[in-house]
Amino acid sequence: MPISWFLALRFLREGRAQSALIVLGAAVGVAVMVFLSALIGGLQTSLVAQTLGTQAHIVVRPADELARPMLRATAATDVLARVERTAQRARSIDRWQHVLARLSHMPGVTAVSPVVAGPAIATRANATRAVLLIGAEAARFAAIYPIRRRMVSGGYDPSRTGCVIGRELAADLGVSVGDKLRLSTGGESSEMYTVEGVFDLGNREVNRRWLLVATRSAQSLLDLSGGVTSIELRVASVFEAESIAAAVRSSTGLVADSWMQSNAQLLVALRSQSSSSEVIQVFVILAVAMGIASVLVVSVAQKRREIGILRAMGTRRSTIVSVFLLQGAIVGVVGSLVGAGLGAGLGAVFAGVARNADGTPTFPFAISWALIGRSSLLALATGVLAAALPARSAARLDPAEAIRNG
Amino acid sequence: MVEPVVLLTDVSKSYGTTIVTDVLRALNFRLEVGEFAALIGPSGSGKSTLLNILGLLDRPTSGSVCIAGVETTTLDDAALTGLRGTTLGFVFQFHHLLSGLTAVENVMMPMLAAKGRRTRSMEQRALALLDRVGLRSLARSLPSQMSGGQQQRVAIARALVMGPPLVLADEPTGNLDTKTADGVFALMREFNVEQRVAFLMVTHDPRLAARCDRTIELVDGRIVADRKTTTAP
Repeated sequence: MPISWFLALRFLREGRAQSALIVLGAAVGVAVMVFLSALIGGLQTSLVAQTLGTQAHIVVRPADELARPMLRATAATDVLARVERTAQRARSIDRWQHVLARLSHMPGVTAVSPVVAGPAIATRANATRAVLLIGAEAARFAAIYPIRRRMVSGGYDPSRTGCVIGRELAADLGVSVGDKLRLSTGGESSEMYTVEGVFDLGNREVNRRWLLVATRSAQSLLDLSGGVTSIELRVASVFEAESIAAAVRSSTGLVADSWMQSNAQLLVALRSQSSSSEVIQVFVILAVAMGIASVLVVSVAQKRREIGILRAMGTRRSTIVSVFLLQGAIVGVVGSLVGAGLGAGLGAVFAGVARNADGTPTFPFAISWALIGRSSLLALATGVLAAALPARSAARLDPAEAIRNG
Repeated sequence: MVEPVVLLTDVSKSYGTTIVTDVLRALNFRLEVGEFAALIGPSGSGKSTLLNILGLLDRPTSGSVCIAGVETTTLDDAALTGLRGTTLGFVFQFHHLLSGLTAVENVMMPMLAAKGRRTRSMEQRALALLDRVGLRSLARSLPSQMSGGQQQRVAIARALVMGPPLVLADEPTGNLDTKTADGVFALMREFNVEQRVAFLMVTHDPRLAARCDRTIELVDGRIVADRKTTTAP
C-alpha cells in the first residue's frame, strides 16, 4: 500500500467521530442532490410524456398558400392593391411518398405516419358533433400515438367503413362498439360508419374531437384521393425534435412544426425548474465542500506535530499533500455512496407513500446509474478540491517549528 | 581516513532582520563515526537550534554543514528530505510517536517514507527491532496503550530502523524517571557499541552526560567546553 493511502486511512480511522460526521455531511449532501435530481427528472419526464401522448413530435405539412398580386409596382407606376389572405383549404403534400421515404431515413426519426386530416360532422339520430377526421394507416399511426394501449373497448384497425372514436365523443353521441354513425364533410358526401373501437388518450379535448378512420376513407370524404395532408414523426430523443424539424425544413422545403415550438411555455417551465434545481445543488455542493474543508483544516491543526515528525523522518512534501487530498477524496467517495443509497431509498419511500387515486406514484422518480455516477464524481471532485487548501498548509509547515510547538 | 559523521565549519545562525539575534556564533566541530556525545548547556544557549541544523530541519545563516560526507548547504528541500530519511534518526523528549499507528507501524514509518509503499520485509525488520528493544509483545499496541519508557524504546527503534550513521536525541530521558531513563540510555549505548551508530544527545542530566564518550558544552551560541570523558562505561 502506498504511504499516502496508509497514512490517509490511519488519520481518518484515528479521528473516527470527525470522519463519521463529515462522511455523513457529504452523504446528506449527495442524498439531497440525488433525490432532487431524480424527483425533478421524474416530474419532467412524466410531464413531457403526458404532453406527447396526444401530440406528434414533429408534424410536416405543406406551406400555407399565399395570395400573390398580379400587378407589381415598377419605377414608373404605383399599384394600389388590397391583397386578401387566401382561405386555407385542405391540400396534399406534393409527391408525399417521396418525402415519406426521405423522412423515414433521417437520423433520429423512429416512426413516420402519413395522415389525411380535416374537419367533419358526425351525426347519430339528432345528435351532431364537429370532429377532426383523421385517416391513417393503423400500424404507422399507432407507432406515433399510444392509441392501442389506450383502447377502452374494441380495437384500432379501422376497416373501409369503420371508425374509432374517443370516450367523450362516444358518450356525447351515445354510441358504443358496433353502432353506426353518419359522417359528412362540407360537400354533399356523407357515409355511414361503424364504430369499431373506443379509446381514451387521457385528454378530454382529444377524446371528444378525434375520429380515426382508414386512409382511403378520409381521402374520399375529404376529396383528397391519393393525397395526405401531413406526415407525423416520432423521434428517438424528444428534446432533439426541434433540430430534426429544422433539418426536415431545409431538406424538404415543407413546414415542420416540432412539439417544442408548439409547447414553448412548457419548455420554459421545464428549463426554469431545471435551473432552480441546479442552483440548489450548487449550494449543497458548496456546503459539503466547506464541511470537508473545515474538518481537514482542524485535522491539520491537530496533527501539526505529527506532520513535523513525518517530515523529519524523510516524508516528502508531496506525500503530505496526497495524504490530505486522499482524505478529502475518500470522504467524498464514501459519502457519495452512502448518500446515493440514502437518496434512492428516500425516493422509493416517497414514491411509495404518495400515490394517485389510480395507484401510480404522485412523484415519479427517475433514478439512474448515470445520475448516481455523476453525483459521486461531483462529490469526489468536491472532496479533493476542499482538501486542497488544508493539504497545502500541511505541506508548508516548518517541521522544526511544528515539532517544538505542536 | 574515515569521513566524520558531522563536520561543522564556521556555522552561524541568527534570527530577525531589524533586531538580529545571534543564536549560534561560528561553530566548528566534528563528530566521528560511532562517537557518543552529550550536548549540554543552559536553556537558550542554542542547543535546539544546533540540533535542528544538524537534523537538516533548519539551515544555517552562514557556514557549511557536512553530514556523512555530504555538503548540505547547497541542497534543495527534496534532497534534504531524502538525506534526512536515510542518514539521520531522531529521538525526541516527548517520544512523538504517531498516535494513530501501532508500535510496529511507527517503527516502519521511515522505511515507508523512503520507499513510498509498504512491503512485507519492512514489517519483518520493524518486528525484529521491536524484539531487540524488548517490545515484541506490544507490536500491535497503540502509543496510548504503552508507558512512557516503552514509547521511548519504540522511538529509538524507529530512529534506528534505516540503519543511519547518526542519531540526534533531544533530551530523550527528560520525561522519564531515573530508573527508566537509565534503561533507555543503556539501550542507546548498546546500539552505539554494536552498530557503531554515532549519537548526539542533548541532556540536562549530568549523571548521563558523564557516561558519554564526550561532552560538548554550549553557552550563548559558542562551544565553551569540549572534553573527552575519561570514565566511559
